[in-house]
Amino acid sequence: MRVSLRDSLRSSAIEWRVVHALLMREVLTRFGRNNIGFLWLFVEPMLFTLGVTALWTLAKQAHGSNLPIAAFALTGYSAVLLWRNMPSRTIGAIEPNLALMYHRNVKVMDIFLARLILEASGATISFVILSIVFIALGFIAPPEDVLRVIAGWFMLAWFGFSSAVLLGALNEEYQIVEKLWHPSAYLLFPLSGAAFLVDALPVAAQQAVLYLPMVHGVEYVREGYFGSQINAHYDLQYMALCNTVLLLLGMAQLRKISRTIIPE
Amino acid sequence: MIKLIDIAKFYETRHGRVRIFDHVNLAIGPGEKVGILGRNGAGKSTLIRLISGAEQPTSGRIERAMSVSWPLAFGGAFQNALTGLDNLRCICRIYGTSPDDKIDFVQEFSELGSYLREPVRTYSAGMRARLAFALSMVVEFDCFLIDEIVAVGDARFSEKCRVELFEKRGDRAMIIVSHDPTYIRAHCNRASALVDGNLHHFDDLDAAFSFYDAAMAAPAVAA
Repeated sequence: MRVSLRDSLRSSAIEWRVVHALLMREVLTRFGRNNIGFLWLFVEPMLFTLGVTALWTLAKQAHGSNLPIAAFALTGYSAVLLWRNMPSRTIGAIEPNLALMYHRNVKVMDIFLARLILEASGATISFVILSIVFIALGFIAPPEDVLRVIAGWFMLAWFGFSSAVLLGALNEEYQIVEKLWHPSAYLLFPLSGAAFLVDALPVAAQQAVLYLPMVHGVEYVREGYFGSQINAHYDLQYMALCNTVLLLLGMAQLRKISRTIIPE
Repeated sequence: MIKLIDIAKFYETRHGRVRIFDHVNLAIGPGEKVGILGRNGAGKSTLIRLISGAEQPTSGRIERAMSVSWPLAFGGAFQNALTGLDNLRCICRIYGTSPDDKIDFVQEFSELGSYLREPVRTYSAGMRARLAFALSMVVEFDCFLIDEIVAVGDARFSEKCRVELFEKRGDRAMIIVSHDPTYIRAHCNRASALVDGNLHHFDDLDAAFSFYDAAMAAPAVAA
């Protein structure tokens, strides 16, 4: 028993070492050393969110509440960037990294982990900085319950992570995943709760839209931000169940493809 | 000791399942130098990748009681967008050693000079090969897997590689894949021949080569 504990400590040390190496490599290949370098990690999602906030403000987007549009765009669009960009980073992640797979300790999961840690960090830093700036400028009020915001954000990150592992691993076997992911991600965006409050929908539409796991996460983040002003609809147990199922399916598929990968 | 126990490898292709080899057994003790002979496409590189652990066998078991290198080959295993130095740091991080005391060695041995700080994609084929060899020498292993690592650069550089690998690391185990009989004869004390999906073992190099030459003379069995 003691031996197996030591073995698993040792292998998790190796795992972390490898993920760290891949993370540093990923930062350099993605952002380079020119201009602001790795700051792009969160500046890019910030620009996205700021642009969408500006557009929605100008268009006086109807979203079914009296909330300021800035608050709406910040919570909604940041959440989209979080869950949507994670699968985009794992789909097709294996092929450009095949040369690294020559090293026994580099596993597909390590490549996924490095990319996902980066992606989640970028979206999170962007969300935090923009929240602070918007609050400081008086566009929005500080969150009513920061812990709920964090919990909702974590649930969304977990959903993004699980979907990313499953879709990234599936794409290695069925390349059609990559083709279908782009239109699905695009079509899911308006349904994801980013641009509406569930409460503003007709009851039938509410029931339909609540089948989508990420809607619960977005609603919970908003509950934390301005819960007293809205009537949020969420079921975190349902979302946790979806996340777990996606993750288990993802790990199973990852195990399947790992046996067939041929380093370049 | 490294042991391959009843290893089989099949690949799924468009025309069905293809057998690369099966019932492969091989044991390599500390310091042993084993040559692997086989024609193009016989599965030599696949065998090396399985021993390294970079690829998984379809069935069978591999026991590694000593540390085994990645398959040392010229080219590959680095990232072209990064500099030679970044690639060095990445490999050191993966294997858990510090790059600091290796930078001078890699710079000097690869003869890259200031190019070590330029992206690998700007290198010539010779520069890449020299960098690959230098990087292969920064992590120490009990067993080196060497895949067709013969003609690199000019005669002087080949000699440098020979000293670094076969003299300074002459006490290590090595598994060498090569088409060049003189290379195998110079560095191995026994050889195995991979012919038609079976691995044949010979304690004596002459016996291995006469078997292999006879197999090469016979027409290849269609896969």
